[in-house]
Amino acid sequence: MAKQSSSPGLFQRELVGTAIRESFVKLNPAILIKNPVMFTVGIGTLIMVLVSGYIALTGDKAQGSLGYNVFITFILLVTVLFANFAEAIAEARGKAQAESLRKTRQETPAKIIRAGGNNKPDAVDIISSAQLKKGDVFLCEPGDTIPSDGEIIDGLATIDESAITGESAPVIREAGGDKSSVTGGTKVLSDRIRVIVTTQPGESFLDKMIALVEGATRQKTPNEIALTILLAGFTLIFIIVCVALKPFADYANTPITIAALIALFVCLIPTTIGGLLSAIGIAGMDRALRANVIAKSGRAVETAGDIDTLLLDKTGTITIGNRKATHFYPAPGVSEADMIRASALSSLADETPEGKSIVELAGSPVTSRLSTTGATLIKFTAETRSSGIDLTSGERIRKGATDSIRNLVTRAGNTFPAETDTQSKTIAANGGTPLVVARNDVVMGVIELQDIIKPGIAERFERLRKMGVKTVMVTGDNPLTAKFIAEKAGVDDYIAEAKPEDKMQYIRHEQQGGKLVAMMGDGTNDAPALAQADVGVAMNSGTQAAKEAGNMVDLDNDPTKLIEIVEIGKQLLITRGTLTTFSIANDVAKYFAIVPALFTGSIPALQALNIMGLHSPESAILSAVIVNAIIIPMLIPLALRGVEYKPIGASALLRRNLLIYGVGGIVAPFIGIKLIDLAVGLFV
Amino acid sequence: MTTEWMGVIAMYGLTVLLAIPLGKFLATVFKGEPNAFDFMKPLERLIYRLGGVDETANLSWQQNLRALLTINLVWLVLGFTLLVMQGSLPLNPDGNPSQTLDLAFNTAISFLVNCDLQHYSGETGLTYLTQLAVITFLMFTSAATGIAAAVLLFRSFIPQTAETVGNFYVLFTRAITRLLLPGALVISLVLVFSGVPASFDGRDTIITLQGDTVGVSRGPAAGMIAIKHLGTNGGGWFGANSAHPLENPTYLTNMVEMVAQMLIPVAMIFALGFFVNRKRFAWMIYAVMTIGFFLLLIPTIISELGGNPAITHMGISQSTGAMEGKEVRFGPLASAYWSIATTVISTGSVNSMHDSSMPLSGTMELLGMMVNAFYGGAGAGLLNFYYFLIIAVFISGLMVGRTPELFGRKVEAREIKIASLVALLSALLVKGGTALSAWIFVRYGGASDWAVAPSAWLNNPGFHGFTEMLYEFTSANANNGSGFEGLGDNNFFWNYATGIVLLFGRFIPIVGPVAIAGLLARKKCVPASSGTLPVDTPTFGLMIFAVIFILTALSFFPALTLGPLAEFFSLK
Repeated sequence: MAKQSSSPGLFQRELVGTAIRESFVKLNPAILIKNPVMFTVGIGTLIMVLVSGYIALTGDKAQGSLGYNVFITFILLVTVLFANFAEAIAEARGKAQAESLRKTRQETPAKIIRAGGNNKPDAVDIISSAQLKKGDVFLCEPGDTIPSDGEIIDGLATIDESAITGESAPVIREAGGDKSSVTGGTKVLSDRIRVIVTTQPGESFLDKMIALVEGATRQKTPNEIALTILLAGFTLIFIIVCVALKPFADYANTPITIAALIALFVCLIPTTIGGLLSAIGIAGMDRALRANVIAKSGRAVETAGDIDTLLLDKTGTITIGNRKATHFYPAPGVSEADMIRASALSSLADETPEGKSIVELAGSPVTSRLSTTGATLIKFTAETRSSGIDLTSGERIRKGATDSIRNLVTRAGNTFPAETDTQSKTIAANGGTPLVVARNDVVMGVIELQDIIKPGIAERFERLRKMGVKTVMVTGDNPLTAKFIAEKAGVDDYIAEAKPEDKMQYIRHEQQGGKLVAMMGDGTNDAPALAQADVGVAMNSGTQAAKEAGNMVDLDNDPTKLIEIVEIGKQLLITRGTLTTFSIANDVAKYFAIVPALFTGSIPALQALNIMGLHSPESAILSAVIVNAIIIPMLIPLALRGVEYKPIGASALLRRNLLIYGVGGIVAPFIGIKLIDLAVGLFV
Repeated sequence: MTTEWMGVIAMYGLTVLLAIPLGKFLATVFKGEPNAFDFMKPLERLIYRLGGVDETANLSWQQNLRALLTINLVWLVLGFTLLVMQGSLPLNPDGNPSQTLDLAFNTAISFLVNCDLQHYSGETGLTYLTQLAVITFLMFTSAATGIAAAVLLFRSFIPQTAETVGNFYVLFTRAITRLLLPGALVISLVLVFSGVPASFDGRDTIITLQGDTVGVSRGPAAGMIAIKHLGTNGGGWFGANSAHPLENPTYLTNMVEMVAQMLIPVAMIFALGFFVNRKRFAWMIYAVMTIGFFLLLIPTIISELGGNPAITHMGISQSTGAMEGKEVRFGPLASAYWSIATTVISTGSVNSMHDSSMPLSGTMELLGMMVNAFYGGAGAGLLNFYYFLIIAVFISGLMVGRTPELFGRKVEAREIKIASLVALLSALLVKGGTALSAWIFVRYGGASDWAVAPSAWLNNPGFHGFTEMLYEFTSANANNGSGFEGLGDNNFFWNYATGIVLLFGRFIPIVGPVAIAGLLARKKCVPASSGTLPVDTPTFGLMIFAVIFILTALSFFPALTLGPLAEFFSLK
């Protein structure tokens, strides 16, 4: 399962330090202009600096006291800094997360192989991993840390990937198949492999992800662009409102100070969402990274939230990779009791789930009478694809895949019974796995192993269904078995006897209907489908081609990860939507603070609009600007963590979020402004 | 009072009762399905042949907009020419003069865009020729233009990718032949039999009880007054509009005119439901609009029935409510109902003087026009509602964690850009116009080289004067046409300023929504799933209402504060 990424506090000290420094760097207008809302606040601040300077030089009090103007200027500057800080802290966190992953693979010695040329043996040099270039071939032996991402070109090895995935059980990687990819930072436990380096230094997916988290290459996602346009529209409307206010006030013979106008403007424009927008986007990438998923673009994460159809491989996703023994089929001429006894014997010391399930099926009356004292255990290897036991009595029992046992039996000069062969095929055709048992190279029979559906998977599919995502099981099984498992697991559809082209066709068909499709894959033959899917998640263990074709890479090789990714994508959109609502709803309270403050001087009747009973016009304006500023840092944790997604149906979710962020957004600033006014009233 | 209440309830009830079957009928008309008015086919075919129009062509949204704008430009030029020449053209028994260039500019635009802001009085400002060939003609075409443009939106609600959004020419023609002409005929008959004039004779004279000789203007008014309401136009034959005894003689005509003006806007909502076969969606829109309507209506009725606090302070009883500026035959309740109906709908005809409304009623009248989407004008209401809908869909789509979609079509940056621009423009036209006039009033109040010195614009100084200017621009932008009056508006500045606002206020909310609909119609449709946000639910209705309320309130709160609200609080 996924490594439970240790979730440190949102604000670690060193990150906060970096972020504060960055907040000032981001004041640079060239950077600030990327965020139109905050850019206008920056201009407002600049104007206030000039006004304050003018008052300080001339002593002209028409625009209010120097202290008041300087204070407003300060708050405006702080507003921009808060917004910058939000972005900077999100960047810092993302970078820290990526760096910690990258650290695992830095500066390990690499045994590079220099081709010896004519008849000379290849030479092995030891260099630093940083010096490895694309195309280099290196050697790994047991105990070595793999120095770089690459593909095995020769050999087979068990590898401990816990540094990346958190999974302690070793995995097998071998040349030529779909499991040929190795990741830098993981450790070789057994055997020797030769690996070719597949990426240039600094161009690995992780490097790309780090660049994405940093501002430079981060591209706005489509929804983010649309939202930015809407926010810019709001900002323009409020520019009109504030500019028009000046002649209105002149008509009403009410002087309005520049500070008041700018304060009103800054309070009205959606600074809250404007200040947090990019932090939300970066945090979404960061959350994906914390789930051990490397997204190649923010767009991919966002698209994940829109997924309509999810293609899942049966094995490992819906069913546990381990199968369970369900039947014993003795070979002709072998008694069932004998067959069961042999099967149980071979499995007594077998710690694998399959082995245990065989013992279980044999039943305690049989197994309690058996003993394996002094026997030699033959472990399963990738080469022999069988395991077994050599008893002290001289009995040699083996069980394994049909082919491997057939080899064993025929090599010993015995025949492989046709009935067992047929039975094996039947089992396979029904979605099961046949395991042939032989004693002293004579076939005893075949054990049927069947899939076990993962506990809890039905609930996850139910959750997906509530999100509106259709689940499709892809399996090599025949249609009958596929249907059986599909119904049991609760998937909406299945592709049986699937060939790689079938996946592709299914994806195309769904896409023609306007749907967005996500899939997970690892093999080279999955690559076209991964590329075709709107969200293609390649397993880190998969081939380089698969990883290139997908738009995300899952470091855990966990097929159920797609469900998490969908939720991360949804959270991203929800966070933006709710904070926009909150930001706009806040304006109501700010209007009730500032508008009466602007006009009560000359139109006392408007005091009736001062429903909060604010102390004085100055303190009303100050309180509104302060609330406007401090709401940003108060919401940073929410922006970084994301608003929780609940699969309770779209309408219910809208109602819930409208209540919390809409109604809450109207009420909260009334309270905040009143409280700060009370505090300010003590000093003014 | 009970009778008055029953009158108001009957007017509203009758409107909705008639609107539902009319909506069903309109859906068949615009879909081209067989209906009772198929006998009009030969006439329609004749119109298509004369106009050189291929009625079977499927037009893209750009082609439709080009057609709409071109034909409107032609009418504008025609109308303008007739108005500046009317003095020397026939059918002018009263010998009225030609309009000045600025007034003709304003008048031609005003009627072209279904606004009917009038900076003249019908009795002296027009001739029977221009009343018929310009005013009445444009009343038909402008209403049909709005209706046809709204129907162009309908295809974006049908989950089927389409390159076409309909054929403007056909929709336009059918709106006239099957809806406006027959409807206006029926209404004008009721009016004629109630005493509204329909004669080509010139001014009549009567001798009053005092013995004075008074000239009474008349003319072929009944037909014009019928389409004036049915087409949500609102420009009066006479200067006093529907407060004039010959334009609106009895309580019955008052009811007929009231029902007529609300009928098509409400029926269009149901037509949408029947056209795209989404009745729940239509009911949702109807509910949002109705709640908005009543939220404006109720405070108005309360404040009008409550009477003027200033008079109460003088110790004078006002058992009948605030009667200043009201006709005794209608009373404050029916007048309050009319004043809100005419402002939420873009009719703008009046049966009482809005200048004399209580400040809170004035606020509600202004808000009705600022929103301009609670029922709204014939077709125009749906067009305005559409961009609020797009913004609501966008924000709520994000809130439920999906790329926002409207009936399976993704709402993306381009659509949001257009919707934001439309919203922005409405704020700019109203606030910019009012700011400009306030600025000129303050800076150049005494400018003597202006034909009318800006300081002489306002009958009332202070907040009320500000409201007069705000109202004029709001009415122009909303293509409403009602006037707060008390504003000296027949002069260079107001004629041109409001004329320009009228043009933009009309065509941007047509071009924007139709463009969005065209862009959406072309998109792929994602079938709905449980993750899709249904847009026909009360929850989403609430969302749209919140968007409309917040957008309007945020844009206009400061202006309202300095105008009617300041007056309201000062008067208390």
